[in-house]
Amino acid sequence: MMPAHFQEFVDVDFLKEKLTDLLKKATQKGATQAEIGVQYGVAQQVSVRQQVVETVEYHRDKSIALTIYKGHQKGSASTNDLTSQALEDMLDAAMNLASMTEADPYNGLADLEQMAKHIPNLDLYHPWMLSTDQAIQRALETEAIALAYDSRICNSEGSSIDTSQSYSLYANTHGFLSGYPTARHSASCVVIAKTDKGMERDYEYTVSRRPENLWTPERVGHAAAENTIMRLDPRTLPTQKVPVLFAPTQSVGLLGCFISAISGGHLFRRSSFLCDSLGHSVFPKDFRLYEDPYRRGALGSSPFDNDGVATIPRDLVADGVVKSYILSAYSARKLGLSNTGNAGGVSNLFVEYPSIPLEELLSQMDTGFWVTELMGQGINLVTGDYSRGAAGFWVEKGKVQFPVSGVTIAGNLKDMFKNIIGIGQDIDDRHALSVGSILIREMMVAGH
Amino acid sequence: MSESLHIATQHFLQSNGLSQTDLVSLLDRLSGPAIDAGDVYFQHCYHESFVLEDGILKDGSYNIDQGVGIRAISGEKTGFAYSNDIVLPTLLEAATAARSISGHVHQIGQMPRQPLHSIQVPALYTHQNPLHSLAHAEKMMLLQSCDAIARKNPFVTQVIASLNGVYEIMLVAALDGTFQADIRPLVRLNVTVILDKEGKRESASAGGGGRFEYKRFIEEGSAQKYAEEAVRRALINLEARPAPAGPMPVVLGPGWPGVLLHEAVGHGLEGDFNRKGSSTFSGRIGDQVASTACTVVDDGTLADRRGSLTLDDEGTPTQHTVLIENGILKGYLQDKFNARLMGTHSTGNGRRESYAALPLPRMTNTFMLRGPYAPEEIISTVENGIYAVNFGGGSVDITSGKFVFSASEAYRIEKGRITYPIKGATLIGVGPEVMNRISMVGNDLALDSGVGSCGKDGQTVPVGVGQPTLLVDEIIVGGTES
Repeated sequence: MMPAHFQEFVDVDFLKEKLTDLLKKATQKGATQAEIGVQYGVAQQVSVRQQVVETVEYHRDKSIALTIYKGHQKGSASTNDLTSQALEDMLDAAMNLASMTEADPYNGLADLEQMAKHIPNLDLYHPWMLSTDQAIQRALETEAIALAYDSRICNSEGSSIDTSQSYSLYANTHGFLSGYPTARHSASCVVIAKTDKGMERDYEYTVSRRPENLWTPERVGHAAAENTIMRLDPRTLPTQKVPVLFAPTQSVGLLGCFISAISGGHLFRRSSFLCDSLGHSVFPKDFRLYEDPYRRGALGSSPFDNDGVATIPRDLVADGVVKSYILSAYSARKLGLSNTGNAGGVSNLFVEYPSIPLEELLSQMDTGFWVTELMGQGINLVTGDYSRGAAGFWVEKGKVQFPVSGVTIAGNLKDMFKNIIGIGQDIDDRHALSVGSILIREMMVAGH
Repeated sequence: MSESLHIATQHFLQSNGLSQTDLVSLLDRLSGPAIDAGDVYFQHCYHESFVLEDGILKDGSYNIDQGVGIRAISGEKTGFAYSNDIVLPTLLEAATAARSISGHVHQIGQMPRQPLHSIQVPALYTHQNPLHSLAHAEKMMLLQSCDAIARKNPFVTQVIASLNGVYEIMLVAALDGTFQADIRPLVRLNVTVILDKEGKRESASAGGGGRFEYKRFIEEGSAQKYAEEAVRRALINLEARPAPAGPMPVVLGPGWPGVLLHEAVGHGLEGDFNRKGSSTFSGRIGDQVASTACTVVDDGTLADRRGSLTLDDEGTPTQHTVLIENGILKGYLQDKFNARLMGTHSTGNGRRESYAALPLPRMTNTFMLRGPYAPEEIISTVENGIYAVNFGGGSVDITSGKFVFSASEAYRIEKGRITYPIKGATLIGVGPEVMNRISMVGNDLALDSGVGSCGKDGQTVPVGVGQPTLLVDEIIVGGTES
């Protein structure tokens, strides 16, 4: 069912011709600038539950988005109908909106000289020639391993295998026109375990652009079951201030707050607790965070940003000091700074720090709360105030004592970043942000 | 034929050169020996959005999304495919892909496909396209007045006002004979302000909407109401002191804090989780799952509300479903698929984000019925606790029942009196435990202003919540002060 190659679901040459034509028409109708983004995608998702097929889904999507500038006025329109008439209608809608909006002096395409000139092949496209039956078999195998792991595993939310291919293309009236295909595959498993005290659920997943890099069904099934069993019979904690260790997935979220807080939109609206932080120390002095958009085959890699601007490998934080914000053409102009090629967000991020194995990090913490799950949206980026539901493990003398749930952790992100006192070598390769566990000196835990 | 069915068949069939016979042949392609159910769902959404920021109308966008989702069900298995193109060969191909789930040889017409029939259901909202309900200049004026009103406060440094409208047409035809259509307007006005007072900054939002035309925002003075409310919330938060940490009594205000019920009760009562036995409420019908003060319902039949639907996405009329009555668990929220497997009927809660996603049992407007107490009376009983009146989002682990919701406007209660505002904090508890600790329910039932969105399995749908003021005797407050 899945196409063997992206050329089977998108006629790239025809599409490029169509887009060039559309940009020409926009100019003829009075647009001073225009840009178009197109996305094509195909995906197959299968899920099994309790060793029976649950769903088989075939996805096939396409969409086109057009932005018209009339001087500094801007109008946008999008559709998933790519017939000539629908494209004409879209053009008219965007032209019309560009006449109705008011001039914003910072609107417009990124500057011509910033357009990516060399488009490297970043090795992001590795389609998975997986038949529906093969996908089902793999999902069944993964779930079977999880179900057989322990007699306390009593139920399942299932196992699924997803594979997708997409092709995205960006063109603008500077003459920029470039597209590239990507692929992404994942497998996951969720099981439920039970004791007389209650039920707990947990999961495991793997994701990669290359099917051969996915974890084996054994590893995913085994980890899903183990994660779930380890959560059984959780206790709450007394309300107290203790060291908190964020597991890698939660560390990614923690540094994600930093990324949001130094992103253009929050900075020019002055809705970030890190406004004016450029050149200031935010992290410990031996902490470095850098962006590398060109890492071959990596999840976050991209040769150019959503403005067609070449992405830039660079330090965001060095020696604990903020070295660069995350800006698009618009936000850079608005802040009077240089464009950082981050329209649409960040690519791959890496942390450098004198990191140590997880066991040593637990020993360094000695007594504290190891957080493996966070719940809720209790983050205020304007003030940095942070308060979230948490689950994980209580640690004493560097050893896990018992599972914990039903508590909150709270603090202020500014203090939390400053009080990072250890980072693990246990990097999770499933995120575009590569970081291990993060140990924070102290946070307030609320429990009984 | 109802007006909406007439409009929808014109829109999806006639204008694409399709006949009702083509639709029947599509359903025939879907049916077969091992197929228990199946449907074809046509959807077309027109969405517009305007954003005013820095005092100027900066952004305008218009989006069209259309497609047809085709589903075949064999026992507990579901096959699903969809197409953006509404042409017969592509749709037949999608039907073939969906029905391949049965794993059987394709035999057309072996299973009885019921003849298409439709029932008349009174529409809960207008059929008018809300996008056309105001001239452009009036839409702009609405946003400009949000901006002007908010900026009357000298500490306001930024105002972001947005206006969104959706006009959705859907048509569903199923093997069980269902042939229904719904036309759904949905509008929203929102104001976000950023304040700077002597270097201290805060932000807050307010807004609302529903299934009506834009002009209601003008008639009801919404621009003024939302702009003033956003400024008020931000000013309160500028003065907020650190929140306490630990278990304590919490009084929840009326309306939007009903997100408590959505997380603590609603999700755990959705049919899919209970069919699978994965919810903390599974197999507990008839049990005491809340204090006797609590009666909780899901009601999709309230006129013009954001969470309401005349028909759900499977063509079933929505209804008033009692979930908990005086603390006793009465029922689950069902779509057709889970209802069939559990031997019951759909409660009209089969909803999908779009044609490109499968229907799931979802909430509509979920709220608690009023009780006997005046809100002041409830607050006066609390010796030392907090009063939370506004919330950000929430979430729940339906298996353990643990849920969180984050307060964005809250106050300290000391000796029965509200004393000072405190910073936002997350509250955490276990659904049935917290529900059993609700000791007082107020007489001031209110629904939210029409801002709720609920996410499940990656699908977002508009919902409503509501409740009267209520007292939870003890819940953990995730502040920073011991």
